[in-house]
Amino acid sequence: MTRPDELPEPPEPGTETVPEVPSAVSMDDLLSDCVHCGFCLPTCPTYVLWGEEMDSPRGRIHLMQQHREGAPLGDAMVRHFDACLGCMACVTACPSGVQYDKLIEVTRAEVEAEHPRTWTERAVRGAIFSLFPYPRRLRALRGPLRAYQRSGVPALVRRSGILERLSPTLAAMERLAPPSQKAPSLPERVAARGGRRATVGMLTGCVQREFFPGVNAATARVLAMEGCDVLIPKRQGCCGALSLHSGRAGEARAFARRTVETFEGVDVIVVNSAGCGSAMKEYETLLADDPAWAARARALAEKTRDLAEFLVELGPRAERHPLPVTVAYHDACHLAHAQGVRSQPRALLAGIPELTVKEIADPEVCCGSAGTYNLLQPVAAAELGDRKAANVAATRADLLVAANPGCSLQIAQALERQGAPLPVAHTAQVLDASLRGHPAATLLAR
Amino acid sequence: MADTLRDLAERCTRLLGPESVISDPVRLRTYECDGLTSHRASPGLVVLPETAEQIAAIVRACGEAGVPYVARGSGTGLSGGALPRTDGVLIVTARMRRILDIDIPNQRATVEPGVINLDVTRAARPHGYYFAPDPSSQQICSVGGNVAENSGGAHCLKYGFTAHHILACEIVTPDGEIAELSRDDPGFDLLGVFVGSEGTLGITTKITVRLTRLPETVRTLLAAFDTIGKGGDAVSAIIAAGVVPAAIEMMDALSIEAAEAAVACGYPEGAGAVLVVELDGPDATVEHQFAQVERLCREAGAFEIRVAADDTERALIWKGRKSAFAAMGRISPAYIVQDGVIPRTSLGEVLGRIDALSRESGVRVANVFHAGDGNLHPLVLFDDSVPGAQERAETVSGAILDLCVEHGGSITGEHGVGADKARYMPRMFSDDDLDTMQMVRCGFDPAGLCNPGKVFPTPRLCGEVPGVRKGPHPLVAEGKADLF
Ligand SMILES: Cc1cc2nc3c(=O)[nH]c(=O)nc-3n(C[C@H](O)[C@H](O)[C@H](O)COP(=O)(O)OP(=O)(O)OC[C@H]3O[C@@H](n4cnc5c(N)ncnc54)[C@H](O)[C@@H]3O)c2cc1C
Ligand code: SF4
Ligand code: SF4
Repeated sequence: MTRPDELPEPPEPGTETVPEVPSAVSMDDLLSDCVHCGFCLPTCPTYVLWGEEMDSPRGRIHLMQQHREGAPLGDAMVRHFDACLGCMACVTACPSGVQYDKLIEVTRAEVEAEHPRTWTERAVRGAIFSLFPYPRRLRALRGPLRAYQRSGVPALVRRSGILERLSPTLAAMERLAPPSQKAPSLPERVAARGGRRATVGMLTGCVQREFFPGVNAATARVLAMEGCDVLIPKRQGCCGALSLHSGRAGEARAFARRTVETFEGVDVIVVNSAGCGSAMKEYETLLADDPAWAARARALAEKTRDLAEFLVELGPRAERHPLPVTVAYHDACHLAHAQGVRSQPRALLAGIPELTVKEIADPEVCCGSAGTYNLLQPVAAAELGDRKAANVAATRADLLVAANPGCSLQIAQALERQGAPLPVAHTAQVLDASLRGHPAATLLAR
Repeated sequence: MADTLRDLAERCTRLLGPESVISDPVRLRTYECDGLTSHRASPGLVVLPETAEQIAAIVRACGEAGVPYVARGSGTGLSGGALPRTDGVLIVTARMRRILDIDIPNQRATVEPGVINLDVTRAARPHGYYFAPDPSSQQICSVGGNVAENSGGAHCLKYGFTAHHILACEIVTPDGEIAELSRDDPGFDLLGVFVGSEGTLGITTKITVRLTRLPETVRTLLAAFDTIGKGGDAVSAIIAAGVVPAAIEMMDALSIEAAEAAVACGYPEGAGAVLVVELDGPDATVEHQFAQVERLCREAGAFEIRVAADDTERALIWKGRKSAFAAMGRISPAYIVQDGVIPRTSLGEVLGRIDALSRESGVRVANVFHAGDGNLHPLVLFDDSVPGAQERAETVSGAILDLCVEHGGSITGEHGVGADKARYMPRMFSDDDLDTMQMVRCGFDPAGLCNPGKVFPTPRLCGEVPGVRKGPHPLVAEGKADLF
């Protein structure tokens, strides 16, 4: 195995040219799978918001077809592709097997290549993509953010609405910045407790690592307590999820190669962030046209597991202590729709004595976080956040459990806006508390 | 014409605001068809109103400009009923989706037309009630669309079609007036005329539906047969025994294959036909009849019977059936969903003839049907990239309708006539019959602007139709009807 700390930082992306449609998929075949039945409409968040055909999966597929037939990627068309959250609820809903995930990925790449963006759009996108995938840069941002949050200015700024007027995107970034925590650094190896049952690699993720360090620590502990040796390569970079889901395929590939290399020596890679896990499972398609990497990418995709998926496959061994708390479980789109992981987290939570799991109404509709969506489409994202928050509040749970950092930020913030703040935890943190016999209050105090 | 539409667009923008009027060609084209993709026409203008008053104002504006208009709900219709007019306005109700009232003591709910069918049931279920019409598209089709098409579903064998569950409709008449049609109105049953009129008599803007009490018990079984014929025998035996199941649905091997590919419903392997039978009602009755149905299926030759143990298993049995149409995309690039009715007793005979048609023409036909009431849904499969394939499929599809009519059935059971089947109407009705229907239509829409070109084979202006006739109406002459 390559020693992880010998690896260089991920390359500065943007050098690679945006690719053609991956040869493995024919856009025409993919498009022809759609029979125009409309079954995907009710779970599409933008259709739920606006009730317009062009902002539904069926309508977007129709627009893609128009583009294939020669209609240019004009402003009108691009607006509707940009408004798509990439939540993949339509993939789950479609009885005809339409692979919308592939369709939108190709389309986004075409948009980035063919459609000129305005100056502000370019600036905002540039800022996001030069920040989020780089933990070190995010870390650098944390100091100023912490100072800013302590200063009492945030409430003032929020009230004044000045950011909203300047740029809704900047305002969204400000709102979403979580209270920064001190990030403890994890060791490179955490040894299994009791007899060893497995050796796993662990992805720490960019946003997860910098904004929710407690989740990574909890993940490592839970894995160790369940009998896993956990390897945490120090210099792992971004998995490329944000880039991949935003049409920046070249950039995504660079990150993917790096990640493949980093984890080549382990049998299983456990991922606790839904967006990262779904991207890594897509590496096979992403690198299909690169002969040097295709097989290695496939191998990595095959050994990638979401934390909940892995723990259920492994089976419980450590003792669960009671946690008398009522939780609402939120299905992250990149977990439920993209990876089909729905029952596992619920099963893990239900396995904790005295814990009650509540279902959130309309579980299949996205919370509006969707990677960079809440930064690029702040108005729609806020509306979706409000809907989700209202459904969460209606469960009257004490704690919201979600397995994706973006969702946690988004929903927590919407709940706060509605004056019904609720603590948020990752499935790993709830399990961690139960395995360690900590009282429920430790989760609720967040 | 372009000028007229431009003026109309401006007027609508003043009425509704710019966010609710669509006029650029790329966006307009996404509305070019409903669930029937073989008929396409890009609308001249799309509007997304939110109130009855707005719809009335739009209809008046269209009337003044002499521009035709078409209503659209969720666009899942399978007969091209919501096919737009290139020279007209498409009025989409997708933003009118508020459930206005759930009135449990009176067992009714009042909803806006764009409310999704299943959402009515979702809202009523916590109170122990549901909205009985359950088309397979219930997760997305609108109540307004259900009213227009008089949609049915798997359970209409026992509970009836949409018409049996509509208590009142507020409508915008083609004059642009808002009127209320109610089941309680004395005199002519205008509500009965309106339900099922496929958007040709006006646009409904508010609907009061009947809510049905959730049954005490529901039991579902899946029976597998090696041939369709044996499945048909089982259906006849069940009905003959006096059992009225909530639903009896049949699927043939090809449709099972598609559903399996789509939703992995796990139907018994090697089945030439499966029957889904559901009984509901009071515990004791259901238990007794369920045993009877199981026995009758076995006697008819079922080689495997699965009884759903819980709601999850029931949902899985239904999932295969409910996704069957859309699942055809898995086994064929394109297909035509046919909808015809035959007397239940002719089931075996007609299916045999369909099979023969399929063999002769080399066009594959999958069969899904509401077997209890003889409503067939043959799915005619073709590859739209092969020249001539669509025409061949359409010929087979048309021949199937001829079979239905020949056996004393109908050219549509629940999907409506729309744009697609207008040309088949003369196979069932004489010119005089059609003229009589036109008279009714003209009573509502003298200018012929409300969803023109649908239902009737030859769009005629109202003035031309009955007025030119000399002498008494033929029905009157034959003594079959009276004028009064
Ligand atoms: C996969 C699939 C399965 C289906 N299964 C069934 C089934 O089991 N049973 C069944 O009966 N149908 C079925 N259908 C057909 C279709 O779903 C129904 O006809 C449904 O009622 C149409 O509703 P909609 O909202 O989509 O209407 P649309 O397709 O938008 O419109 C249908 C017609 O209604 C008119 N209309 C719409 N709204 C109004 C209004 N407010 N006032 C007046 N007229 C209006 C339109 O002008 C048009 O003529 C199925 C369709 C699909 C795609
Ligand atoms: S990915 Fe989500 S937002 Fe995009 S079309 Fe599908 S359901 Fe709608
Ligand atoms: S559900 Fe699938 S086939 Fe139906 S309209 Fe949506 S994408 Fe097309």
